[in-house]
Amino acid sequence: MATVGGPQIAREALWSFDLAEQTVRELNQSLHSGPPVHAGGGVVIHNPGGRHAVAVGLDAAYEVEIEGHVGYYCAGMNKLATVRVRGNCGVGVAENMMSGVVVVEGSASQSAGASARGGLLVIHGDASARCGISLKGADIVVRGSVGHMSAFMAQRGALVVCGDAGDSLGDSLYEARLYVRGSVAGLGADCIEKEMRSEHVAQVGELLTRAGIDDVGPGEFRRYGSARRLYNFHVDNLGAY
Amino acid sequence: MLEQLSDRGPDSAGVAFYRDPAPAGWCKVSLHSPSAAPEWEALWGELEAEFGDASTPRVRATHAVFMIAAEAEDAEAWLVERHPELTLMSAGRSIEIYKEADLPTRFVEKFALNEIAGTHALGHTRMATESRVTTAGSHPFSTGLDLCLVHNGSLSNHNRLRRALQREGMVFRTENDSEVAAGYLTWRLREGASLEQALEGCLDDLDGFYTFAVGTADGFAVLRDPIACKPAVMAETDEWVAMASEYRAIAVLPGAEDAVLWEPAPGHVYSWGTASLVA
Repeated sequence: MATVGGPQIAREALWSFDLAEQTVRELNQSLHSGPPVHAGGGVVIHNPGGRHAVAVGLDAAYEVEIEGHVGYYCAGMNKLATVRVRGNCGVGVAENMMSGVVVVEGSASQSAGASARGGLLVIHGDASARCGISLKGADIVVRGSVGHMSAFMAQRGALVVCGDAGDSLGDSLYEARLYVRGSVAGLGADCIEKEMRSEHVAQVGELLTRAGIDDVGPGEFRRYGSARRLYNFHVDNLGAY
Repeated sequence: MLEQLSDRGPDSAGVAFYRDPAPAGWCKVSLHSPSAAPEWEALWGELEAEFGDASTPRVRATHAVFMIAAEAEDAEAWLVERHPELTLMSAGRSIEIYKEADLPTRFVEKFALNEIAGTHALGHTRMATESRVTTAGSHPFSTGLDLCLVHNGSLSNHNRLRRALQREGMVFRTENDSEVAAGYLTWRLREGASLEQALEGCLDDLDGFYTFAVGTADGFAVLRDPIACKPAVMAETDEWVAMASEYRAIAVLPGAEDAVLWEPAPGHVYSWGTASLVA
């Protein structure tokens, strides 16, 4: 599988947008209705200025580069596209992503990758609280640390954290796999540490490779998952619901 | 910054500026008048007669700022007793508060905020959830001399806490939850807590969602609730430090693209300019 860097596109060939001059709606409508492959599918977005909903709902194999910090829900519902943010993201980057790749070169705010169904989200800085909340099949790799309540009720997919995890990691977890290299401030209800077998080392290795992270060894991670005690109501577990 | 976040809180706006400190032995007050033709000149005469000296009123839309040759507490007590029709927005040495129930963009224009320069400032745009849209219910709330509070969030135990604080002698003018948070801080400070201790007390005594920013004479403090329900982003450069609900508001500042950006951790008191925190 290709790494997230993707093919290099000549800068002059890029389809260019400037959010200091154009609205987010103009940008997104162009990307929704425009040619699916325009000059090699390369798109560059200048002056995002923390605006919300930049490059949401893409459904084509664009290579999008965003030159700066974005606001909420950047690359939400992404399908097929590779979106690279050369800055930080507000709440909910790549929420509900279906496929494709979203790379954040800076840090991400809360609920990064919320409910994402597929694809890969890479955050090179830190992600704050509730990273991968309700994850439904996407993979998330965080080069730094994640905040509290990360992977809350996560159902499928993997969360790889090269740094530390905040409190209540994996609370009410279903079948998502959590890998943390650093410390975990605390595990949430029904989340336990599990054995790191060879297939798990292989999975972490593959995700790190795809994320372009080569200075961290997959054997340095610990695995956390669901104890599966809260799946069905049991009166003995009343305090944990 | 206020205009950037106008759509986050379109119903009211307010600012606290710290600038132009009163000379020793003097205080500065900001007053709001509900009247269409407020008699600020007449009030000036009364203040001079009562306290010996007072500065020309600096009028800004519905507000006026006076410097008075008196202790802030004495000026405050006199104004409350003699002019109940006026609202005392702030008192201290350098604080000035302006606020109104209006679209933030119009507020900025009406109060000519772009003309004002100071050492630091706090601003707020409001989308009311817990109480009526009124000027009194707008932020910032004064929490004591040269102190003020802005709040993003909603408190769920404000009615019970308001009653408890009323028994301690605190006076509230609205049904607003944020005013209760301001009153709580004022009460804790009055009882001898440092600002840091008062803010830490919020973690135990307030139930609900909050990101607070508190303005102090020489800086400001920030506190988020323990689950970080409400957003906050910090930006620092060699020239300035800023906090906002969103980066959008910071993006308009000069040099923002090179600022160090980070999110304040939940349940942790941050402060800049510490002198007033330990007072």
